[in-house]
Amino acid sequence: MASPTIVAAGVGKRFLLHHKRATSLKERLLLHRQSSSEAFWALRDVDLQIGAGQTVGLIGPNGSGKSTLLKVLSGILAPTTGTVSVRGRIASLLELGAGFNGELTGRENIYLNAAILGLSRRETERYFDEIVAFAELEPFIDNQVKHYSSGQYVRLGFAVAVHVSPDILLVDEVLAVGDESFQRKCLNKIGEFQQRGCTILFVTHALDLIPRICSRGVVLDHGRVLHDGDPVEAAERLRSLLGTGADQSGGGAGPAAERPRVTAVRLFDPASGAEKGHFRGGEAMAVEFDVASPAGSAPVAVRLAVTGPADVPMWVMDSDPLHPGPDGLATVRFTVKELPQLKGIYAFAVAVRDPASNVTYDARRFSEAFLAVGDTGTGVLEVVWTTEQVENQVER
Amino acid sequence: MAQVRQAADARAAAQSRVRLELLTELIRKDLKVKYKNSALGFVWSLANPLLYLAVFTLVFSFFLQGNVPWFAVLFMSGYLIWSFFNSASLDATGAVVGNANLVRKVRFPRVVLPLASVGFAGVHLALQLLVFFLFLVPFYPDAFGPQLWLVAPALAVAVVFTVAMSLLASSLNVRYRDVQHLLEITLLAWFWLTPIVYPVTVVRDKLAGAGLLWMFKFYMANPMTSVVVAAQRAIYVHPVVTGNDGDLVQVLPAGGYGFYLQWLAVAAAISAGLLVVGLWTFRRLQADFAEEL
Repeated sequence: MASPTIVAAGVGKRFLLHHKRATSLKERLLLHRQSSSEAFWALRDVDLQIGAGQTVGLIGPNGSGKSTLLKVLSGILAPTTGTVSVRGRIASLLELGAGFNGELTGRENIYLNAAILGLSRRETERYFDEIVAFAELEPFIDNQVKHYSSGQYVRLGFAVAVHVSPDILLVDEVLAVGDESFQRKCLNKIGEFQQRGCTILFVTHALDLIPRICSRGVVLDHGRVLHDGDPVEAAERLRSLLGTGADQSGGGAGPAAERPRVTAVRLFDPASGAEKGHFRGGEAMAVEFDVASPAGSAPVAVRLAVTGPADVPMWVMDSDPLHPGPDGLATVRFTVKELPQLKGIYAFAVAVRDPASNVTYDARRFSEAFLAVGDTGTGVLEVVWTTEQVENQVER
Repeated sequence: MAQVRQAADARAAAQSRVRLELLTELIRKDLKVKYKNSALGFVWSLANPLLYLAVFTLVFSFFLQGNVPWFAVLFMSGYLIWSFFNSASLDATGAVVGNANLVRKVRFPRVVLPLASVGFAGVHLALQLLVFFLFLVPFYPDAFGPQLWLVAPALAVAVVFTVAMSLLASSLNVRYRDVQHLLEITLLAWFWLTPIVYPVTVVRDKLAGAGLLWMFKFYMANPMTSVVVAAQRAIYVHPVVTGNDGDLVQVLPAGGYGFYLQWLAVAAAISAGLLVVGLWTFRRLQADFAEEL
């Protein structure tokens, strides 16, 4: 690895959440002692070394501190603890077209925006035609930007930003905008940057992009680095994080500690056994649930309801009664032979029930359980599935 | 070693050039936005001093006939510089807050924001001075005498003082939005405490008459007073004139330029001190701009 261009050592960022924010002198005086503010650490002990020419994908659930990290690295926010050192010209695409003035024409905004991003006037003049061509705005370049469509606006913003010829490019979720052909263009441009040896750190929610263009993936959760390394593993790690992050746990009879409950969920390809969170329509999918029951309790059954995109209930699977092992654990596997051709994010609702009385012991919902890619299909869904109780592997 | 230093120097030079270009780009933007969709464009800004000249000549020659001939010239000499200071510092107060979106999303030297406000007001000052001087050519040619050089140090001190105030106001306003309102009323009082619509000698004579001449020092310590008085001396030429009633009137302190230079030096010292405070405050607060907005 070449000498690092970005070094973050022990970086923490604390925000004060003011319940009542004093924005005037009077309020500041009145609220002086009794002001109730709460410290919130958006970043905690982040150590990151990014070498020249690396492309790093930064992923994590919403609110995990990704954007804050980019802002700290780009010098917009000052870290509360730790140090950041950055070598080279840095361009941060946190928002495309930030600083555009609607009253000015596209041409005037190019000069203004380029100056804000650190380009000299001579350089801007040199790149001007290229910028306009990249944004595909030749006929509109002398129109006021306030008359631009949002797509045109963003294209112009991206076009200016990528012509700053940075050594380091920080990109925050900006590739999600624009139509497909423009996105492809953006990705091509990123590929060009990579070839030129530019260091790229980018935030995305499109997990399938990570292995495609990154040499390294960093997962943030609650402001801490959870994973730093292989991009495929990073994406899987985040998927499992999102998948097992149960939204709620509720319902059920009996004291919490004494009733059977779901303790883990795993999604994988039944053929290879590889865990994944990403399936194509038509593929087979297996889901395993671990259920823990108090010692000596009666058999339980698991019901799995799958909700498709747009919260449409898709199908419900019931297991046969499970017989917990001596340690009170049982694992049930549902296998779907062929996933429907309906792309989107699926959710699970799982219930652990008494097969005799139908009393629900535990009910949980896993939103964003898995992602199906493929053609958008409609029509009658026929889902063939099987369940089986998996022999308990006692892991001690 | 020397090469490394040279490279660093070259980079620093390139960086400050880029910053200067950013500053001009921002000023250009403000000017363009201001006059977009107006047929006469910046002619409006030129009309402003002309109108003032006409109105003041009319009002002070007929309605409020004072004893000072060419009062409009005396007034404009101070007023143009004052209005530069006034609009630059008010505009700068909102410069960081008004560009919140930019400050939160893009890294760039924040200091250019208040400086652009000063630059914008400076462009107007230059245009208005030009109009004013064009007016003076036929109507008050005495202004183009050997004393005119006093305008240069007066303007220089005014610019330093305005930059200092702008840095202070723009950064403090991010945390305390009171600054905006406070500055507005302060500037109003400040305007009347500065000898713009009355000659400075009036204050001196009144204080002397009351046996309080020592207080005149405090009056003069206001940097804008020194600046305005020096500009008046540079353009209004005659410290002592024959008044409208035939008697001699002392409009400005007579004698050489000693009085003016001495007080300009005081104002320069105060401005330099305030500039240090302003830069320090701005630097200290700017790290939190993105958070506070």
